[in-house]
Amino acid sequence: MSSVLYDVPGPKARLYSFFGSVAGTLVILGVLAIAVFTLAQQGIFDANRWEIFYGTEAPDVWNLILQGLGATLAAAAVSAVIAFPLGVALCLLRISLVPWIRVPTQVVLEFLRGMPVVLMMFFVLLVFATSQFVAVVAGLVLYNSAIFAEILRAGIQSLPKGQREAGLAIGLQSFQSRMIIELPQAIRRMLPSLVAQLVVLLKDTSLGFIVGYEELLRKIQIMADFLGPNFLFPAFFMGAAIYILINIAVSRLAIAIERRGSKKAAGGVEHATAAGAVPTAK
Amino acid sequence: MDAIFASLPQYWDGFLRTLFLAAVSGIIALVIGTLLAAMRVSPVAALRGFSMFFVEVARNTPLTIIFFFAAIVLPRLGIKFDQFEVAAIIALSGYTSAFVAEAVRSGVNSVPVGQAEAARSIGLTFTQVLGLIILPQALRTVVPPMINIIIALVKNSSVAGAFFVLELFGYGKQLANEYGDKVLWVLVGVAFFYLLITVPLGILAHFVERKVAIAR
Amino acid sequence: MKAPITRRKSLLVAAAAALALTLSACGGSSGSNPSPVQKPSFAAGSSMEKLANAGTIKIGTKFDQPLFGQKGLDGKPVGFDVEIGKAIAAKLGIAADKIEWVETVSANRESFIEQGRVDLVIATYTINDARKQKVDFAGPYYEAGQALLVNKSDSSITKPEDVKGKKVCSVTGSTPAKTIVEKYGAELVPAATYTACLEPLRNKQVVAVTTDNVILAGYVDKEPDAFKLASDQTFTKEPYGIGLKKGDTAFRSWINDQLEAFAKDDTYKKAWESTAGKVIKTVPSLPKIDRY
Repeated sequence: MSSVLYDVPGPKARLYSFFGSVAGTLVILGVLAIAVFTLAQQGIFDANRWEIFYGTEAPDVWNLILQGLGATLAAAAVSAVIAFPLGVALCLLRISLVPWIRVPTQVVLEFLRGMPVVLMMFFVLLVFATSQFVAVVAGLVLYNSAIFAEILRAGIQSLPKGQREAGLAIGLQSFQSRMIIELPQAIRRMLPSLVAQLVVLLKDTSLGFIVGYEELLRKIQIMADFLGPNFLFPAFFMGAAIYILINIAVSRLAIAIERRGSKKAAGGVEHATAAGAVPTAK
Repeated sequence: MDAIFASLPQYWDGFLRTLFLAAVSGIIALVIGTLLAAMRVSPVAALRGFSMFFVEVARNTPLTIIFFFAAIVLPRLGIKFDQFEVAAIIALSGYTSAFVAEAVRSGVNSVPVGQAEAARSIGLTFTQVLGLIILPQALRTVVPPMINIIIALVKNSSVAGAFFVLELFGYGKQLANEYGDKVLWVLVGVAFFYLLITVPLGILAHFVERKVAIAR
Repeated sequence: MKAPITRRKSLLVAAAAALALTLSACGGSSGSNPSPVQKPSFAAGSSMEKLANAGTIKIGTKFDQPLFGQKGLDGKPVGFDVEIGKAIAAKLGIAADKIEWVETVSANRESFIEQGRVDLVIATYTINDARKQKVDFAGPYYEAGQALLVNKSDSSITKPEDVKGKKVCSVTGSTPAKTIVEKYGAELVPAATYTACLEPLRNKQVVAVTTDNVILAGYVDKEPDAFKLASDQTFTKEPYGIGLKKGDTAFRSWINDQLEAFAKDDTYKKAWESTAGKVIKTVPSLPKIDRY
């Protein structure tokens, strides 16, 4: 697409662009170098601060991190598995032809979307006296099923009208047409958005701190707190690295699916990108 | 219920701080995000690369960790703020701009190719094609997802409560400690004030969505 | 396409190494393990009897309160609160490893007790009248007091009145945070943990960090060149109590009896010395039990 926006640059433009790029890269690298140097001067990169990852405490530290990672992945996986079918159901209710089903669903979706996930976790924990895990999963499911429903609705509405008409014409009932004809296409079309929302869901597990669910970020905070102020930086740097690695892996998956989808539907309608996802906290 | 009414001043203060954080970060994020999206489709490889790198990293890092960098690492680099709100705004707008950039990019992709071709065939430059033809059309289609991003931003501002800014959620925690026997009511109050911002935005999104749909 | 494969390989190696390290780790248990009383007998139908028969007890504590209740690297909480909990459990005939520790944060302590999610809460839990409406308190077993932590070079702040209109960091939603704002007119800068509070203090973005003196003393102990207590005097009294279900008077008096017994034998002293005593050498005496 981008190539449509401008002419192929000539030799002169390419030269400018090249030198501009080099200069820009140098400036960015320079700023980074100064930052690293300043931090190093304050002893942030001293070996004794980082030996928690390889010194005598390392087994406990890594054990803690792996436990946290396990808890994060478990909560994310369970939430995603429950939230998706629920999102499908909410989506179908939301586009129902019957007003007294459609309108209340819309109100519920609006409410779920507007509530901070943290608050929902807290409500579930206090009102239903559940375990921390259940509270975290419930909060994530409530919120993400609403988002999944909205994404799928956008997908179904972006389908050509003929799809549904054809379905009805061959004698399918409205519900059958939705399930057999429209939903599968909508899911494929919106896959990148759905997977991007999964990344958001994964990151949102860290909101579980509010109900005392010990996922990765909480473990890292506990660790930094226990080890003392000197280890605040190493702990957080490590946390950032782990999250970025996992999430980029999931995002790559989204991009791969997007590519595969575009090939299959070559020449079709423009595809939604991963942008449909909504950035929630943490 | 009494707990809510007795603490209305605190709620109000927190509400205003949340609104302030969201509004300022939202505007900055819209500007930076649009710039990032423009860089992403520009002819200069370095700009494309930078934009892609920034968006990938910001989108994949938990907001808490971004807050950590803005509120704790930056001061260590000598960039200190008198007001902690500045750090919160840097974190929130940096994080949100990545999502804005992705939304705008998908909007650019949704503008029919013929538009860009027509614009170029009458001799417009890249900046003109983008600024006069593509972005105005793209922005209109991305208004609904953009409002969703802003809704998320409003709720995300609650993380600031853990990083030196006393906003709605921070007050909520404080009141929950104070009224340990009425935690539920305290939370209902917090929820109410969040919904006061997010629900109108959601309704606006649906309204705009319908408008855009009719216009096509 | 070689690079990603190598990267994946090295990641796998790292993960395997981490696993191996984990497996070789022996559970470095911290804290004491008081030996449980053998077959204690209690009045039929009392909470003590039920717990003793069950052989396990759920105790709510904080996992992020240095010296009192803090989760160690091995996943076990350590601190003075935890030691008191273990000592009480031992009197019920429950060994330390049979205690189920539940994290209670400020906002859920009352509801956890009411819902029976925990049998006891020992979590730097200040006794006050609002809370007494919902739960009962045994104790107090310790009386803390609020203090101010300042930069070593700062001599302008010696008493709480000195922070009026200035920025002070404390943990969001904690009682000390409320006091410093409402009684002394400071501007609150909230943080998630006290460790996070130290950063703006170091950078002089806030003038002080405030919470209970024992916790602050822990930070002075770790970095004596950077921080000091503004004064040895505390400006509030925070009697820490043990929260339990409202109306369970028998259980409450029994715990009170145990606390007094701990003060007489060396249990209380030992609990202190192995935890908070590492920073504050003087062993406190048990405050007068509030038998209301």
